[in-house]
Amino acid sequence: MNDAQPKIRLRNVQKAFGTKKVLDGVDLDVGKGESVVIIGGSGVGKSVTLKCILGLLEADSGSIQVDGDEIVGADAETRERINQKIGMLFQSAALFDSLPVWENVAFGLLAQKKVSRAEAKDIAVAKLAQVGLSAGVAYLSPAELSGGMQKRVGLARAIAIDPDIIFFDEPTTGLDPIMSDVINDLIVKTTGDVGATALSITHDMVSARKIAHRIAMLYEGKIIWFGPTAEIDRSNNPYVDQFIHGRAEGPIKMRLRA
Amino acid sequence: MNFLQPIGRVFLNFLSATGKLGLFTGSALSHCVRPPLYFRIIGRQMFEIGYLSLPVVGLTAIFAGMVLALQSYTGFARFSAEGAIANVVVLSITRELGPVLAGLMIAGRIGAAMSAEIGTMRVTEQIDALTTLSTNPMKYLIAPRIMAGVIMLPFVVLIADIIGVFGGYLVAVYKLGFNPANYLKNTWDFMEFHDVFTGLVKASVFGFIVTLMGCYHGYNSKGGAQGVGAATTNAVVSASILILSTDYILTELFFAGK
Repeated sequence: MNDAQPKIRLRNVQKAFGTKKVLDGVDLDVGKGESVVIIGGSGVGKSVTLKCILGLLEADSGSIQVDGDEIVGADAETRERINQKIGMLFQSAALFDSLPVWENVAFGLLAQKKVSRAEAKDIAVAKLAQVGLSAGVAYLSPAELSGGMQKRVGLARAIAIDPDIIFFDEPTTGLDPIMSDVINDLIVKTTGDVGATALSITHDMVSARKIAHRIAMLYEGKIIWFGPTAEIDRSNNPYVDQFIHGRAEGPIKMRLRA
Repeated sequence: MNFLQPIGRVFLNFLSATGKLGLFTGSALSHCVRPPLYFRIIGRQMFEIGYLSLPVVGLTAIFAGMVLALQSYTGFARFSAEGAIANVVVLSITRELGPVLAGLMIAGRIGAAMSAEIGTMRVTEQIDALTTLSTNPMKYLIAPRIMAGVIMLPFVVLIADIIGVFGGYLVAVYKLGFNPANYLKNTWDFMEFHDVFTGLVKASVFGFIVTLMGCYHGYNSKGGAQGVGAATTNAVVSASILILSTDYILTELFFAGK
């Protein structure tokens, strides 16, 4: 792979649901080993962007490339091959409640038939330790875990296959501030350990500042600002300023219906 | 002409739903014959559908057989044709009541459970998680359930047939005073391989219908708890209607002109 080539490249990505246009020409580059966070209000299309990259939704037009491989219009085999190098932490953790924790963590390894079940269990316990969970947790059911523990198990599952790319969907939503910080630290540490490229979506600015090298703001289906985390306070973009300071007054109007 | 609009909309929705179900069925069947197959999950589903359904189906069958013997007796006694009770019971149970009642009971027990489980997986992003872990949900979730339904229903119905005939025997011998040996001899003499076999073929088709409807409605459920509830209702209702209508078609095919 050419080093100059971004790990993830989006060009003019469009996606509509019926008459509602959610993505209206999204352009984004994420470099190798870089952590990019997409911020934006609820319903602006952050999750849709992520799902289009993962192939869970098909973009209407435009180009999405991972390591130079085109995803838009790709067949199931190509998507499966691309997904083999991607780990994903879902907003709700999305753990399989019919499986014990260790099988959740080792699911990707077993699915790709890289290791035996015994080896997979050992790796799962090691990954759980990496996110600060004891071996005893491995045999519990996901329903027996707290929200924070479920997020950690989800993170362990995301890094279990040592992915090249990790996606984080609202990693701190629904957690208390201390647990949010623990998860943020784990994200920084684990992506650093694995050397992975990370793409996250969140509206939690504390989290974004902590885990991102660069931040992109999505508004009305377009990336309206993209720059280094350190420069977001000097963006001179009224939309970004309003969002990062959480002000009700500004160019972003909440659509309230009586 | 506005009144034509809703009619047209309903018709187009019907065509769209039929096409969607057709594509789902085609995809599910293709995954049933294409490796890899998840034998562990197929085994678990066979246990769920077969072994764990036996108490419900057995109870239904024994009472159906008992009622059949009792009702036949009250009717046939008017024509002094009580001797035909064994014939009526074995014919009705093996040809119709065994497969249909077992199919309906399993639609209530298994179809509803499948729809609720897969629907919950859909709304909690567990199905998306499967895709990101390089696992095709059709192969992992749908194909094993359909295969288990098609394989196990004939075994369940065979046992239901035996229990149903035994129910008729109990009422005939212990309530109506039939000679046990004569009743068993009549049952054996009237029973034909063709009757039992066609009942088992019906059972296999009903197993396909129940699992397909459970999986289809669960897989396409939307929203939260309400969506899963609606999917579960739709799975049971559609499976029940399809079982009864398919039963008529199969009876025409197997017994027309006999």
